[in-house]
Amino acid sequence: MNIPDKSKNRIVDGSRIIIEAMARAGADAFIGYPITPANLLYSYSSQRMPIMLAAPDEITTLQWMSGLAVAGHIPVTATSFPGFALMIESINMAYMMELPMVIILVQRLGPATGTATCGAQGDLTLLRGMISGGHPLPVLCTSSYEDCWTLSAKAVEIAVKLRTPVILLTSKEEVMTQKSFDLTKLHKIEPIRQHYYNSDEPYKPYKPIELIPEFLPVGQKKHQVRLTASTHNQAGILMNTDEEAIANTVRLEEKVKKYLPEYTFYDYHTQSGAKNLVIAFGITAGAAKDAVAALNSMGIITDLLIPKTMIPTPEKYISIISKYQKAVVAEENINNQFSDMIFGTNKPSNHRFVAGIGKMITPQQIIKEVQS
Amino acid sequence: MTTFLNTNTLPFCKGCGHDLIARNTAKAVENLGIDILDIIAVTDIGCHGIIDKALNCHTVHGLHGRSSALGAGITIGLNDPSKKVLVFVGDGGATIGLQHIMEAARLNLNMTVIVHNNFLYGMTGGQSSGLTPTGFATTTSADGNPFTGYDLCAMVHAAGANYVSRIIGIGDISPTIQKALTIKGFSMVEVMEICPSYGVKLNPKRKFAEIVEASGKPLGEWTRDRLPFEFPKSRKTTDLFEKLAKVNIANTSKLNKPVSIVLSGSAGEGVQLAAGTLTKAALREGLEITQKGSYPVTVGVGFSTAEINLSPSEINFHGIDIPDYAVITSTDGLAHSRKRIEAMTSGILFIDKSLPIPNTGAKVEVVDFRSIGARDSSLYSIFVFAKLTNLVSVDSLVATIVDEGKADKLPLEKILKALESL
Repeated sequence: MNIPDKSKNRIVDGSRIIIEAMARAGADAFIGYPITPANLLYSYSSQRMPIMLAAPDEITTLQWMSGLAVAGHIPVTATSFPGFALMIESINMAYMMELPMVIILVQRLGPATGTATCGAQGDLTLLRGMISGGHPLPVLCTSSYEDCWTLSAKAVEIAVKLRTPVILLTSKEEVMTQKSFDLTKLHKIEPIRQHYYNSDEPYKPYKPIELIPEFLPVGQKKHQVRLTASTHNQAGILMNTDEEAIANTVRLEEKVKKYLPEYTFYDYHTQSGAKNLVIAFGITAGAAKDAVAALNSMGIITDLLIPKTMIPTPEKYISIISKYQKAVVAEENINNQFSDMIFGTNKPSNHRFVAGIGKMITPQQIIKEVQS
Repeated sequence: MTTFLNTNTLPFCKGCGHDLIARNTAKAVENLGIDILDIIAVTDIGCHGIIDKALNCHTVHGLHGRSSALGAGITIGLNDPSKKVLVFVGDGGATIGLQHIMEAARLNLNMTVIVHNNFLYGMTGGQSSGLTPTGFATTTSADGNPFTGYDLCAMVHAAGANYVSRIIGIGDISPTIQKALTIKGFSMVEVMEICPSYGVKLNPKRKFAEIVEASGKPLGEWTRDRLPFEFPKSRKTTDLFEKLAKVNIANTSKLNKPVSIVLSGSAGEGVQLAAGTLTKAALREGLEITQKGSYPVTVGVGFSTAEINLSPSEINFHGIDIPDYAVITSTDGLAHSRKRIEAMTSGILFIDKSLPIPNTGAKVEVVDFRSIGARDSSLYSIFVFAKLTNLVSVDSLVATIVDEGKADKLPLEKILKALESL
């Protein structure tokens, strides 16, 4: 048996990995307002980010971030539901203006202020419906420290490439838990370079190439830049509901969906003959890994799907789930939000659920449901 | 057409003060000879906000009330005093976004805000705003506004703005706008106007000058001389991985299965420090660890609990339902962990001798943890735990403390002496 080399292990939390990854990927500003359980992300940013400012509230946070993005920066913030709720209108603004930024949402138990120090997975449905018009914005969910590294960098990359806010979804249990981890296992992150429009032709801030308009910050002296959160034409002029303006709004949805294959991330562990599938994301993925390992050692052949790209939902998840006699979805909420998001009220007959709030879903709960 | 405006036909009602502000801003910009693409105009929601399509500078049109915050973000992002961030906002926007104006003034950001104060919400039907003067009739206060409007200039000046001015929107107001644009730091001009569609019609017998006077808000300018905020051009940043303490790891642990430990005591008695020492010692011995803390939001009072997992292999699930070991050093800790202890059907409970022993299936070890002093009781408890379980060695605990340079700060000798007498 190979003895794993643990000589490089360090004790680290997910917050540290997330902020370091984002900084290396090119995020250069953190604006925030402290909130439990996102405070470590805030304090690490104060050490790591070239620009770090404390905003007086979460609406200001998102507005300052938008201003920074308008000026050519790649801003990041971290919050939890109470702060996120205040940000939503401004995230809609950034979505409409097509501004790159990353919002780290650390889930905690709600509703409202709920329990600040208790983890949860209750915000997925909110994220799916948070843009007026039902348009999707990219949501990536971390389920391991490797994800904290890789997906954080990807979130920055997608935000810049697609010119859109991106949500990195995590939980109190991931960003506040100290864990031994070998940081040398992490791959090198190359910083994303913002590509700016450089033609001599007049600049149209919303004229797309392959659905994505080229970016140009304000302040440069070559071209006028017009950005707006109201329904607008390609020149960035408010246009009520004329054909070009409506096409521009439709493009926002098409853009996020078209490039989904470039940011579809999931783990799928398969074995021949498996009739059961366990599906878990985020903080419940750890329990699912242990449960599946235990089931397989008992001879109950079980596969594991860990979705990481949550929104838009890759079609691939549906085809995977449909292969099994039994698909057990484990989430730390009481309303099966992941399953609801994919199947609505028309859930396949193979679906089973492990649900609960107030404490982490355990491997034993998942094992019991697979065995039932 | 001017350098600033791309049309002579502005989209405002006849007689609207917004038209006057736009044309006088154009005049001020021309007088100053500012390169038009050095100006970033940020407009709010409201009648005034539709001006942006008539502007030749960069334009950003955002949400209702948030233009001052959006403009602040642009100012911070550009970090270049040669750029002019010019925010247009109405009295409605100033009301909903009051905090944003105050914050930009407090930071003394290099930007100019022009408040189009026509005493009501024009775009939505003439309702009262936070700046509507007492007695002024609006569609929501037909008998006259019963409340006092904010003295926006006094508030913003008090918040720290370098220049604040209140003027009447009649005649040539370009000198005031011009002055505001040359200020280093935050400047605001509140222009009092009267909305021709609602204000005039709802207050038919009143003269504009009389309304302004009756508002009790003085015209004038208020200045101060503070350094404007500029972000340092380069700021020292730290690689977050380089700060992590290096640990000398030797694969000496004999542990062959995962174990879970709950350490519970009182705030101020070193529970989290003790837990950190235990996990670092375990790391030294080649174990995988997880550690998390639980305590009230008021961190200095009540219970303090640490949940620890130690394992020879990777830990995926780090929740602890029923622990293998519980270490309880105080009444607070016992109260917080009592249910878990009662659910234990095996394992060991280490409990301070002053505490009642709960009903539990765990083996019970009673120890006088607090004899070392309440402040160090948790640290002492993990030494006792190490000695009696051998899950982690006492030597590794000592080495962890020494390597971290804490040997002089913690009562190591006293703890080791007490340990000998166990």
